[in-house]
Amino acid sequence: MREFLSGNEAAARGAWEAGVEVAAAYPGTPSTEILETLAGLPGVYAEWSTNEKVALEAAFGASLTGRRAITAMKHVGLNVASDSLMTLGLVGAKAGLVIAVSDDIGFSSSQNEQDSRFWGRFVHLPVLEPADAAEAYAMARDAFSISERHQVPVLLRLTTRVSHVKRTLATAGREAPDASRHGYARDAERWIITPNHVGKRLELRAQRDAALAQESAASRWNVLHHGAERQVGFVVSGAAYHVVREAFPRASVLRLGFSHPLPLALARELAAGVEHVMVVEESEPLVETELNAAGVAVQGRKWLPAHGEITAPALERGVARLLGKPEHIEPQVPQKVFPRPPTLCAGCPYMGVYFWLGQLSDAVICGDIGCYSLGCGEPWNAMDSIIAMGASLGVAHGMAKSFAGNGAAKPVLAVIGDSTFLHSGMPALANIACQRANVTVLLLDNRVAAMTGGQDTPRLDFAQLVAALGVRPERVRKVDPYELPAFFKVLREEIKAPEPSVIIAERPCVLSRDFVRRRALAVLEEKCNGCARCLDVGCPAITVTRRSREARASGRVVERAWVRIASALCTGCDVCAKACARGAILPS
Amino acid sequence: MTLDVLVVGIGGQGVLTAAEAIARAALEAGYDATKTEVTGMSQRGGVVCSQVRFGERVAASEIRPGAARLLIAFEAAEGLRWSHYLAPDGCVLLDPWRAVPPIVSSGMHRYPEDPAAELKTAGMKILEIAARATAERLGDARLANSVMLGAAAPSLPFPEDALRDEVLRRFGRGELASRNAAAFDAGRALVCQYVEGDIQDRN
Repeated sequence: MREFLSGNEAAARGAWEAGVEVAAAYPGTPSTEILETLAGLPGVYAEWSTNEKVALEAAFGASLTGRRAITAMKHVGLNVASDSLMTLGLVGAKAGLVIAVSDDIGFSSSQNEQDSRFWGRFVHLPVLEPADAAEAYAMARDAFSISERHQVPVLLRLTTRVSHVKRTLATAGREAPDASRHGYARDAERWIITPNHVGKRLELRAQRDAALAQESAASRWNVLHHGAERQVGFVVSGAAYHVVREAFPRASVLRLGFSHPLPLALARELAAGVEHVMVVEESEPLVETELNAAGVAVQGRKWLPAHGEITAPALERGVARLLGKPEHIEPQVPQKVFPRPPTLCAGCPYMGVYFWLGQLSDAVICGDIGCYSLGCGEPWNAMDSIIAMGASLGVAHGMAKSFAGNGAAKPVLAVIGDSTFLHSGMPALANIACQRANVTVLLLDNRVAAMTGGQDTPRLDFAQLVAALGVRPERVRKVDPYELPAFFKVLREEIKAPEPSVIIAERPCVLSRDFVRRRALAVLEEKCNGCARCLDVGCPAITVTRRSREARASGRVVERAWVRIASALCTGCDVCAKACARGAILPS
Repeated sequence: MTLDVLVVGIGGQGVLTAAEAIARAALEAGYDATKTEVTGMSQRGGVVCSQVRFGERVAASEIRPGAARLLIAFEAAEGLRWSHYLAPDGCVLLDPWRAVPPIVSSGMHRYPEDPAAELKTAGMKILEIAARATAERLGDARLANSVMLGAAAPSLPFPEDALRDEVLRRFGRGELASRNAAAFDAGRALVCQYVEGDIQDRN
């Protein structure tokens, strides 16, 4: 059947057709739709695991029992999974095990740009790099048999332009899972990676590397296309393949689909037939470095963008510079238009939290990854650092310990969401508790992983959980972030308490099914004095209609702003009404 | 040779849905097509842009600046933001509706005074389509998406009703389908008036 699918949907479809039985993932842009798609297909156990390491281990466990399994994550997720991944590189896999990882090239929604192909080298795994949805589909299908043939997990490396571009492809039916593979028998030498077993596994890994190199050299995914144009030939992988075809349709191209181990013979053959070889790869000059080290003279990074996506115009400019030809000039942007940074949604429970945090002028606030990262922006500016998933607590701990004993110490806070806390915040909270670090933790429980589209998070009693991790029950407080005065009282008390404390701010995400919309609010013009305190809430439903400046008798100039509430956006959460000192905001 | 269509707006306006309808109508008409998606942070009230390319065979999925034949802008300033993607012989369908974000209303940034006029000054062919206002008149701002697609239909090389059928396909047979059909037709009427008026002006 012909379908129009994104790369993520296509990879899921290919895995399903290959008879995948278990899928475990943690959401993250641009990888999220892989598991979402698999969850909607029959015959697959699919779960959102608590983090990527757990997801990888779950998929590996399924592979041990003879079931084909897949795990999916974004590039930084593989960092979290990497401890187990390194061992899987040694022990391998039994039934087909595929690790789909999507790199956020251009870091539209991530803390960095990272090249997951390195893991193939580091862990000795085969790497498949689809150029588009059709290949994502076909490679996902193939990946399971490659995995079984070599008893090794296969890395299916996607990028934003593969994951999030829809193309047509022909799908087929599902291959029935092979029941003869099912079953488990203990094999201590294989699966217990104690030092006495490592030596043998390293030898086997070297043999596997050699076998994989042979397979890659002959793979249908590595194709050398001889073009009529012989001045510049290209070595390319991933979505950049289509960019090369678009910009240089007559050139010779080595298309790397099974990109690790590198098919060196094909690269040599390409180089022999052209004057220059240009490697077109996004993120890191990895293949370029390896080919040069192998004695194949190639160029690339020097002429191409150092980060972000490589587009056809960028490639044309790079080649023009390489050949010393004049560059094409891009059309100019007519006028610089204001930015539209992402905002919290109207009614977002985090607004109540940041309304107060924005007013703590002397506190250090360590942030984390999620919608609440937006607290670093206007109008709150309520954040000192954002590092990685779960890092708020560890960083806050270190700062609090460094401040300890200093009379003028600033209060230290950490802000973390429920999903992120379960992902990787718990070990750090246990550390804070047992080392008695004076950190006030704001645990924002909105019941979902909101930023990635509202995936469910485990429903559990966070008060009991944090108490069990060692926070004294008196210092575990539950608050409703909509109740501004009550929330502030608790915040003040817990900042003052000279010991670890956790404030659990509970309210469902406005985009979740648990959210209840109330009657929209409106501004009572005659009561409003233009003090603009409601704007400190940061609600996108509140916009300024007019401004004025007033000189007081004292000579002080006061800025005033009058506002309107967009009734279509307003959820009636009442946070702005509670922030208003004049009682000028009421249900409409 | 591909035909490139850029659909732009802000999170929540149905930009991706509109782009999807165009891409699927192109496929239905026998073209190869690609469509880019935007997800993640940009959805939170941020800038959304989806690129549709179709033709006999589409290579790269990204439209080159200066190559889009059609720029469909669901918001005035967004039309200006992406206008350098337009080909010299391209056309902008611009909803003059303004979504003023907090970053502007708080006084930190300025909203362009007259985006449509700026586009005209730059020599671009522009059709102002009051999609949002029309949708509100029809009773639901969310219909703006269908109004805009109706306005885009005559600019696309598909059989008369291909895009309309594609838009309505997702609504089944209920009331939602008839309301979207009305919205689509209103959009098409808007653009037809425009073109006739344009011809009269020239006469």
